[in-house]
Amino acid sequence: MIDFVHPALLFILGAVPIPFLKGSVRKAYLVLVPALAIVAVLAMEPGNYGAGRFIGQEILLAKVDKLSIVFATVFSVMALIGMVYALHLTRAGQHVAAFVYVGSALGVVFAGDYLTLYLFWESMAFASAYLVFAQGGKRAIGAAFRYLMVHITGGVALLGGIVLHGLAASSLLFGPIAGAMDTGAYLILVGFLLNAAVPPLNAWLTDAYPEATVTGAVFMSAFTTKTAVYVLARAFPGMELLVWLGAAMALYGVIYAVLENDCRRLLAYHIVSQVGYMVAGIGIGTEMAVNGATSHAFAHILYKALLFMGAGAVIEVTGRRKLTELGGLYKAMPLTVALYMVGAFAISAFPFFSGFVTKSMVIAAAGQDHRALVVLALTMASSGTFLHTGLKLPYYMFFGPDRKLEAREPPRNMLVAMGIAAVLCIAIGVFPGPLYALLPYPVVFEPYTGAHVAESLGLLMFTALGFVLFLRALDPENTISIDTDWFYRKGARAFLWLAEKPLARYEKAVSNVSDTVALPLLHGTAHAGLRADLNGVDAAVNGLARAILVGGGALRRLQTGVVTHYALAMIAGVIAAIAVFTVVWQ
Amino acid sequence: MIKQIVDFFGDEGYARSRRRLFYLVLVLIVVADFLVPREHAEYLWDRLPGWSAVYGFGSCVLLIFVSKFLGHQGGLMRREDYYD
Repeated sequence: MIDFVHPALLFILGAVPIPFLKGSVRKAYLVLVPALAIVAVLAMEPGNYGAGRFIGQEILLAKVDKLSIVFATVFSVMALIGMVYALHLTRAGQHVAAFVYVGSALGVVFAGDYLTLYLFWESMAFASAYLVFAQGGKRAIGAAFRYLMVHITGGVALLGGIVLHGLAASSLLFGPIAGAMDTGAYLILVGFLLNAAVPPLNAWLTDAYPEATVTGAVFMSAFTTKTAVYVLARAFPGMELLVWLGAAMALYGVIYAVLENDCRRLLAYHIVSQVGYMVAGIGIGTEMAVNGATSHAFAHILYKALLFMGAGAVIEVTGRRKLTELGGLYKAMPLTVALYMVGAFAISAFPFFSGFVTKSMVIAAAGQDHRALVVLALTMASSGTFLHTGLKLPYYMFFGPDRKLEAREPPRNMLVAMGIAAVLCIAIGVFPGPLYALLPYPVVFEPYTGAHVAESLGLLMFTALGFVLFLRALDPENTISIDTDWFYRKGARAFLWLAEKPLARYEKAVSNVSDTVALPLLHGTAHAGLRADLNGVDAAVNGLARAILVGGGALRRLQTGVVTHYALAMIAGVIAAIAVFTVVWQ
Repeated sequence: MIKQIVDFFGDEGYARSRRRLFYLVLVLIVVADFLVPREHAEYLWDRLPGWSAVYGFGSCVLLIFVSKFLGHQGGLMRREDYYD
């Protein structure tokens, strides 16, 4: 009996046969692998697996403890739901990317050292970017490129942090970062915060997720930010900065959601808001707060996927995504409405839905820790959550002005996937026991007290009253909102303008001067430079230049060729690299 | 059954009963908030019955108008072709 099967391997190696399978065999296979992963996670025992040495460093492929098991459980359940939702797709590309994406997320969750973590971290970025590329069209490809660029930048920060931290701590084992925060620790933190979409590093999420394919966005909503929550909980519990970032982020997402017209972008802003609760919980750092953050991540993955599946179903059958163009669909798709609403009640933390037993744990932990402002901010964000995902979005998407759209219920596999998620959202809300038992610390929290139920209902239903009274003020408008992606979207343009206009002119002027005046001077300096150059700078520069040349070449091909093919090739490369890595060092 | 429930929330014909039900629920919640025992009150507002209702309504209104103010006057909302 093997006591540990790495679920990441199941997915990543399991992705290889997908393109060669056809029809119902492929469908069965796509469901079987996540099912096996669930079994593997449920069967695993805490401990260290796959220890070894690599380039003189200690490597620990899998460190299994309660915290990693909670995340792995919900990741593999989510993989099953997401695969069922995507079963109707005929092309293999997205399935392969989703498998690699899920596998890499699981790889991060079990990573016992920073090198393993980094490897899976990057492969997650590439695999998930494919899910945006696969949508095709100018907007999606633009968004996917920005997504990739931002994540690569975050990855570089993370790698730099890992190197510095590794040198300072003389160990690459992944665990709580002890002692004073140095540059390395801050760089690691920045890398993690970027993936957790903490403002101002949040714009990649709300930029790319709504442009992804219908089924791809469901996967994306679940894995990237929650892996980041996991690594934050592992490395930075009890960090004061995170409390305030989390509370601010919970409100940030809610404020932007008011302005949003694109249904999935509105939901994406609510990921930012909900992850804020988790980040705040980790920052508070008490046992109850970390429990709250972990359980909220668990519940969040399921209800957020359900919401994305509901919005995706609407996009799938109507082809429209803007609230100004949707409305009156409830007649044609009542089941979708009902299932979506289960997710909406769960995210809003209605009693007997999952959010109620998890979100309130974070808020209660903030209360116990005597943080009145955090309690008030998070409670206000709860009101905003119901206002948008529970009232505004369903009203303008399903009810509201009838746009006479042709619609029907989505394919059955989509409904089944939504059904599974909905059942879990309710089951967790009604029987929180099993989830509480999974959490890293013993739970001393009783969500179902009279005061708590009455309080929550008061908050939510009077939010509804505000919605009813000020409905007109909430009418969606045909606009987009400026977020921090403005800096690189407009900034890149300014840079190009700078390169084309003033710099070109400057260069001309300089070359005129240099011909007559500066040339002799430069010759002299060049000779001196040459000597310094030959004595050592050369090797380093050559290496760097070659790396840039290779990278630039790859990028140029990406820009001109069929992008999806190249992205697929990259993913294949990542699979191969990981396969080699795991086989050799297991 | 699901269809009937969804129709109840969508059809114009049920608008009156919908509104009545909604106001009834609001009243019941406020009444319940006065009746539930509060043995553990950490903050001042925990002792005030009806606080969460007031806070929920206030938050909702505040969020709507602050966000729309930021969107319109603060320049966050732009035409859809802004980046094109």
